[in-house]
Amino acid sequence: MRPQELVARLGGWADPVLLRLPGKFAAAVAQFAYKTAVITEVEARKLRHDPTELITRALQPALWLLVFGQVFTRLRAIPTGDLRYIDFMAPGILAQSVLFIAIFYGISIIWERDLGIVHKFLASPTPRAALVLGKALSASVRGLSQAVIIYVLAFFLGVKVCWNPLALAGVFSTVILGAALFSTLSLIIACLVKTRERFMGIGQVMTMPLFFASNAIYPIAMMPKWLQVISRINPLTYEVDALRAMMLAGGTSSFGLWLDLGVLLAAAAVLVAVAARLYPNVVR
Amino acid sequence: MHILETDALTRCFGKLKAVDAFTVSVEAGEVFGLLGPNGAGKTTVIKMLTTLLPPTSGTAGVGGFDVVRHARDVRRIIGYVPQMLSADGTLSGYENLLVFAKLYDLPRAERESRVRGALALMGLADAADRLVRTYSGGMIRRLEIAQSMLHEPKVLFLDEPTIGLDPLARQAVWERIEELRAGFGTTILLTTHYMEEADGLCNRVAIMHLGKVRAIGTPAELKASVGGDGTTLEDVFVHYVGAMLESGGTYRETSRTRRTARRLG
Repeated sequence: MRPQELVARLGGWADPVLLRLPGKFAAAVAQFAYKTAVITEVEARKLRHDPTELITRALQPALWLLVFGQVFTRLRAIPTGDLRYIDFMAPGILAQSVLFIAIFYGISIIWERDLGIVHKFLASPTPRAALVLGKALSASVRGLSQAVIIYVLAFFLGVKVCWNPLALAGVFSTVILGAALFSTLSLIIACLVKTRERFMGIGQVMTMPLFFASNAIYPIAMMPKWLQVISRINPLTYEVDALRAMMLAGGTSSFGLWLDLGVLLAAAAVLVAVAARLYPNVVR
Repeated sequence: MHILETDALTRCFGKLKAVDAFTVSVEAGEVFGLLGPNGAGKTTVIKMLTTLLPPTSGTAGVGGFDVVRHARDVRRIIGYVPQMLSADGTLSGYENLLVFAKLYDLPRAERESRVRGALALMGLADAADRLVRTYSGGMIRRLEIAQSMLHEPKVLFLDEPTIGLDPLARQAVWERIEELRAGFGTTILLTTHYMEEADGLCNRVAIMHLGKVRAIGTPAELKASVGGDGTTLEDVFVHYVGAMLESGGTYRETSRTRRTARRLG
């Protein structure tokens, strides 16, 4: 008996809730994904009209790799085992440049609030979580451009890059996830502080510990115990660990790739949920 | 049935009662004006009706849906043009509308034609593919109204639609509002502090002062209630609000209004 016939036989009582539920759920998920994509599309269109931001953003990681990286590779001051320092730091700098883009992303919300754009989106029937996630993923679009730049730099600096397409896909997915995570954190801060001045202050204060209390430019083992604890709860550490495992030829993960990605995904999901609740506060 | 109905709608910010027991009913197809000096609570009323701000107490319904319990349903049937500049300058006029066509679930097949149609109706067909940054103030306002009308809302909220516009641009916006009412039967709730605008556009007006409604009625009724022949709405306003004292508007609001006016002007 085919399912349709079964439904027909069972009559009206079985049909409504149980059998339509998966369909309804799928439709709701599709709707949510669509609305999220529309919000991301807005930002992508802006970038297409004016891509200068992407180019100016390339400067900072270039300087880190060229100046800091070259000097410390020669110094051999940081014990990175079998890895040359420049290989060790390249994934760290990728994570760092994505972090720097993402952590100040929330200020765009304050701009748009001052203009009245946020009001219009909030008065539309778009789910709040889709507004937040769409914004977060547009930070990811910017993050991807950083990844491309860093791959180019890494190629010229002779970093032992793993060019396996699957590994590349993994790196790019991790960048998307990392950018979404930290830009959502940034949105949350923007929703709480509400003014540009306070936001910039807090953004500056956050960047330092996130970056330096992580394994981005030195191994965690070098740190004093208390700092190691902080590093282990810092999501950036897991992002760097995943990037190091996938970006480098023969790269390995200290915590396990699945744990890394699991931590990032869980943290991003929690932050999006929190941000979706706080988002309407911006206009109150 | 009234398309818009509020009952003792109240909003407090700390100790300040920004809106105090606001009660009105608006018929479908009506153009209803909220008048009042800065800080009277007009924008706060609009924010509550557009579901952006939860009321402290009281209730409000739009199209039969409660603004708190059925916020999603309300959002589906309203259009909203905030007082501040709400078009995105870094996108083209067409893109600004396209985004909202998608967010309001306009059918894919109709999307392009409805966006182009709305732009044409607002006299923006030629400028559609230019970045909004290059638009004049009047064009931006018309674009915003076009966007708010895309999904043919039952109720349209216009917060200070002509603030900072020169007389010609203002005239153009008035004509479009008139067309929307005549063509689509849209119910419009607008706030303004230009008396001649309220007199010319609105079927009924409510005069607010310090969060309270001081008078409500048709412009003619209000004029008759205050004096004889030759009374203007301006006189009515002064009668109910008192001479224009500095009664509100924080530093931040003022800076925002000025900035909006400058960008639009």
